[in-house]
Amino acid sequence: MTVKTVKVDVHHLTRVEGHGNIVVDVQKGELKQCELQIVETPRFFEAMLRGRPYGDSSTITSRICGICAVGHATTSLRATETALGIEPTQQTVLLRKLNFYGEILDSHILHAYMLIAPDFLGVGSVIPLAKSAPDVVLRALRMKKLSGDLCAVICGRHTHPIAMTVGGFTHFPTTEELYSLRERLEAMLTDVTATVELYQTLPIPDFERDTEYIALRKDSEYSFIDGTIASTDGGTWPVSQYRDVTNEYLVPHSSAKHTANQRQSYMVGALARFNVNHDKLHPQARAAADAMGLKPGCTNPYMNTVAQVVEIAHATYDSITLIDKLLEHGIQWEEPVAPARLSGEGTGACEVPRGILFHNYVIEDGYVVGANCIIPTGQNLANIEADMRALVPQILDRSREDITLALEMLVRAYDPCISCSTHMLNVAFE
Amino acid sequence: MAKPKIAFFEFTSCEGCQLTVVDSLQDHPELLDAVDIVQFREAMSEKGEDYQIAFIEGSCSRPGDEAKLMEIREKADLVIALGACAHLGGVNAIRNRMPLEDVRKYVYGDKAEWYATYPARPISAVIPIDAVIPGCPIDRNEFIRAVTYLLQGRLPYIPDNPVCIDCKLKGNVCVYQRGMTCLGPITLAGCDAICPTYGEGCDGCRGLISAPNIPALRTVLAEHGMNETDIEAKMTVFLTYQRMELEAAGHDS
Repeated sequence: MTVKTVKVDVHHLTRVEGHGNIVVDVQKGELKQCELQIVETPRFFEAMLRGRPYGDSSTITSRICGICAVGHATTSLRATETALGIEPTQQTVLLRKLNFYGEILDSHILHAYMLIAPDFLGVGSVIPLAKSAPDVVLRALRMKKLSGDLCAVICGRHTHPIAMTVGGFTHFPTTEELYSLRERLEAMLTDVTATVELYQTLPIPDFERDTEYIALRKDSEYSFIDGTIASTDGGTWPVSQYRDVTNEYLVPHSSAKHTANQRQSYMVGALARFNVNHDKLHPQARAAADAMGLKPGCTNPYMNTVAQVVEIAHATYDSITLIDKLLEHGIQWEEPVAPARLSGEGTGACEVPRGILFHNYVIEDGYVVGANCIIPTGQNLANIEADMRALVPQILDRSREDITLALEMLVRAYDPCISCSTHMLNVAFE
Repeated sequence: MAKPKIAFFEFTSCEGCQLTVVDSLQDHPELLDAVDIVQFREAMSEKGEDYQIAFIEGSCSRPGDEAKLMEIREKADLVIALGACAHLGGVNAIRNRMPLEDVRKYVYGDKAEWYATYPARPISAVIPIDAVIPGCPIDRNEFIRAVTYLLQGRLPYIPDNPVCIDCKLKGNVCVYQRGMTCLGPITLAGCDAICPTYGEGCDGCRGLISAPNIPALRTVLAEHGMNETDIEAKMTVFLTYQRMELEAAGHDS
């Protein structure tokens, strides 16, 4: 039996978005404290939306996060459109989906190459890799640039999107731009294959802990925008009932709220989407999953990054399909669809890079009177801590440095987006 | 000559400006040969405390941030505000016009006292700064230009023109002609008028030009169908802090 005493105190974990501390205290083999402390400043976005015209919501909420700005804007627009009875056109749906893939690719490539890979390659960041493995770094930069350019063609820029508006777009890509993107995406397929090959060689830590996985699901596709909330524990919920799933509560060591559904915690993100929706993946993405040994029902949280690589493949292949559809229809300059009413309540839900995101607005006479955003990282916090509590006793025989690294890698695997998660909801809502 | 040591820091922000810095490396990887990045928590674990140039993203929005800002000022020869949150208080300052207790209770309910905060301020309200790179987010080309200037021993230069100049040079149809509204006439240029180019009016993210005629713009906005609430909303996405300062000094805002 282990009677070890070890303290881990990682102040401001690096290579994650936002500010978090890992604090673990083991006294004579007994786990006394095990927390992921969220020390990001509170941000109060929901309160700031109140009293503003409904059109401001997506502009302001995209500023919640530089990495998932398009995801926040899309979710915000879907909430507003649902509240005001707006049905976007088929072209808007296709353009939003393509734009969304740009963000999924940008964020997953950033995470897989620049934030995660250094741990496996024994360096502190991607910068030394530029010298030791320049082809890997150049590949990452090339793929990331294409992802950003994809968003730039559709909405002006990835951080923060411009041309996305309630009911549609204010700017449209040209046919030439779409052809050029298509050509570059085709050329990127070899980089996608190389990424899968890289992740086949990385020693992903062995650690299993069964939990509940939650993601949006659609019959027609691997869902990123809209759908029904689905759980691997069974059960589906319309997005309007998101509160029945998230059940938020506050804990003193975090400025982001925690959530729980059918167990004490649940997981959202690429691994959750894979576990819920693997049957909807592009065949090439399924092949990538097979090649990397990722199987449905996976309960290893470190495999979340592998699931992201699967989604890199899916998003690249499906982007080409979407561009073909758009080119086939021909791009029309459409005016945004006008609201059917100026008062109402609506919930938007999207699968942003880190998992399911909800925005809920109450609008009266064209002005926001209530707002609530529930962020993926907030939903993952309780699950990360449950993983830490399960992992620490299994690795107590290791050195303090190795325990720290294992915990850092665990938290990083979730790709937490902390500044996103710290402006949680109102408790009372009208 | 030794490569200048550069550090990045962030306070209340979305970290999108630092991501834009990462993105700028896609087109300018040679930048890594010209400078030595010693601290960039979002992207690297290595951490050096010896630096000449500090780029700071984010607003100061709680008492605990002040000591860290002063420490950075002490260590760095040059402090550069990176983006609208550091430069202007950014969207964080929207709440400065709202009762603080009300805002905290709205978000955190009866646990509001757990979370320290006060009105959001630009970092220049806490420490002297040497230059700004404006915008929400920063413009990646402007960032590269600014670093080039710094490497040449000069401070970044931001022309004191309104966005309308950039927009005309771009050959855009004025968004007012498309039935929209825009803060371009009172907002500092340098962004290549990217928002009007993509069909949205300017929200003022780069801050006010040195002599903005705000009352005249309010009249124009009213003529284009905006009521008082809408005008106030438009002028407080990014400009809350600057306009409160103007008001405090007795100017029209």
